[in-house]
Amino acid sequence: MSKTFKIGGIHPNDFKLTADKPIVWLDQPDKVQMMLYQQIGAPSICIVKVGDKLKKGQLIAEDGSFVSACQHAPISGTVTKIEKIRNTQGWYGEAVTIEADPDRGNDFMEASHPRTQEEVDALSVKEIIDIVDNRGVVGLGGATFPTRVKLLPPEGSKPEVIIVNAVECEPYLTCDDVLMRTYPNEIVKGIEVVMKVVNVKRAIIGIEDNKPEAIKIMRKAVEGRDDIKVVTLKKKYPQGGEKQLIAAVLGKEVKSGALPVSTGAVVNNVATIYTIFEAVYNDRPLIERVVTVTGPSLTNPGNFLATIGTPIRTLIEAAGGLPEDTGKVIAGGPMMGKAIVNIDAPTTKGMSGILVLPEAESHRKKEQVCIRCANCVNVCPMGLEPFLLSILAKKHNWEDCEKELVMNCIECGSCSYICPSHRPLLDYIKLGKQFVGGIIRNRNTKK
Amino acid sequence: MNVVLITIAVTTVIGLIAAVVLYFVAKKFHVHEDPRIAEIEELLPGANCGGCGRSGCHDFAVACATASSLEGLSCPVGGQTAMNGIAKIVGLASSSVSPKVAIIRCNGTCENRPHTSHYEGVGSCAIEGALYEGETDCIYGCLGGGDCVAACPYDAMSLDEETGLPVVDYSKCVGCGKCVAACPRHIPELVKRHETMVYVACGNRDKGALATKVCSVSCIGCGKCVRTCQHNAIKVTDFLARIDRDVCVACGECIVACPRHSILCKPKIEM
Repeated sequence: MSKTFKIGGIHPNDFKLTADKPIVWLDQPDKVQMMLYQQIGAPSICIVKVGDKLKKGQLIAEDGSFVSACQHAPISGTVTKIEKIRNTQGWYGEAVTIEADPDRGNDFMEASHPRTQEEVDALSVKEIIDIVDNRGVVGLGGATFPTRVKLLPPEGSKPEVIIVNAVECEPYLTCDDVLMRTYPNEIVKGIEVVMKVVNVKRAIIGIEDNKPEAIKIMRKAVEGRDDIKVVTLKKKYPQGGEKQLIAAVLGKEVKSGALPVSTGAVVNNVATIYTIFEAVYNDRPLIERVVTVTGPSLTNPGNFLATIGTPIRTLIEAAGGLPEDTGKVIAGGPMMGKAIVNIDAPTTKGMSGILVLPEAESHRKKEQVCIRCANCVNVCPMGLEPFLLSILAKKHNWEDCEKELVMNCIECGSCSYICPSHRPLLDYIKLGKQFVGGIIRNRNTKK
Repeated sequence: MNVVLITIAVTTVIGLIAAVVLYFVAKKFHVHEDPRIAEIEELLPGANCGGCGRSGCHDFAVACATASSLEGLSCPVGGQTAMNGIAKIVGLASSSVSPKVAIIRCNGTCENRPHTSHYEGVGSCAIEGALYEGETDCIYGCLGGGDCVAACPYDAMSLDEETGLPVVDYSKCVGCGKCVAACPRHIPELVKRHETMVYVACGNRDKGALATKVCSVSCIGCGKCVRTCQHNAIKVTDFLARIDRDVCVACGECIVACPRHSILCKPKIEM
């Protein structure tokens, strides 16, 4: 029987429209914009200036702090502008604009040289971490947490197992699915690298049972191995959450306030693993990723290998153009993604999908009174009481919000999805997290 | 008959015992409180608005009763009368209170600042502002969610349905500062209450080119007002003009000079 996590969870429809579509290589754009702040932590520090000639893959920004990442030139060309541009949410952020040279080739930077298996085996742990760091690898599951930090578990923790997050529980998205179907052996090699760095002997790839093809292919890739296993998980949202995945695969619970590594598991997204492979074996920086561009009314939805920094508009055009009935464009999946207000904003490292919803599907339903059905309590994967938290947050009762563990919320949106009265539960809980988080930070700095 | 008598007797005895117990308990656990605190609280408005910087009127009264000087302690709502009364009770020199009011530093009405997206979530500025830039492209402007209106304990604020912006009723505003704290974009600002108030109704700190794009009445920091002002009351920092309330004499020349019409004037208000 397939495993899954025990507490809560919902079963939204799949809508994996692009599940059988292969990866489509998009032409390199003539102009890209690299946001300097596209990872969790500190913004990167720009090291190029206007007029600089760049080779594809060349370093353009260094990490700003321990939790930060490097950025690289996604195309060969000239830096034309370094200015503040609007991102998908409308906020302004510093970005480097690179315009392609007319006689550009698809060549890589000179330093790029593929490593053979022997060369990779000879690399020390520190060297691998440096490669991952210098190649700007961040978590591609959506949170864009710098991978280097994840590969260096805090002192005192004892990692025992690597869990590869290939769950992709968000409806519509298929970028991880198609990556596994296309590059199974590369992913396995990436896992081996991570196992070596974290110094564990065991790895588990968790895949939901709505991707039978990927499960078959990955099983074949690890056939006859004892150290890497593929685990089929029963489809349930939000199984791709780090804590939910650990609960599903290992049956262990991450205690409130503790790091996931306390259970002995280090979780990495499958797309991140593939990027680590590319960085270590091919010396390629993170300058392109698979983006699922999908939506019910798109004429040509698909999985595109997009250069990071390409305008979102270009990606939508590759998928058949913005349909006339478009009501909303979402960056990410329908459950946790955020609506985009500016589709001329560049693609970022964390963008796993672009969802174009028709007008009819993009509106909220009318909010009604809470009928105390407790559906939200039943589906909360963190065992919280969303109805209570939302009321406390609405009343600005931050003290009780903290007592009711509002900070444990992973913002999966299951409560808002299930609520028969269409109450905006998550909106208020996010407000509570915002204020309680501020209060806790203040308290910690005072100490 | 007997039953009735017994019931009355038992109840009376229980009542007497309880009274005696309560008497001794009250004696034992009596907390002595400075009687002046209650007197001071009588003078305070009792709205617990926090305008004085304390958590409520009682807290303020305690602070006044225990302070060695009233300097720095002032109730903006009760004003000079309340402070004079408190000074008499505690026997200290009264501190001077300068009455304040809130001004709204945004004039981005639907006409001046076109909507570029439609927000359907909870009608709260804090939630909308944390999610994205808001329904217009100005990341400094009013979100129109009414957090300031909900926070006002004196019913002095309302949302104008036509413009979508909050309006301050200056006959009711006491300058407690609740709206300032509630606004995620710090659009309301407390200023000294003057007969005529000239202020820059914009908070856009972007360069002129960006500011012009998002709103037709945004301050672009051109500095024309600075050159016009004969009293040196205006300064431009971060591409935004700011008027020094202590120096401004409300002559209104900057209002005429401003090419973007971002300087507004609130007409005569009750002093």
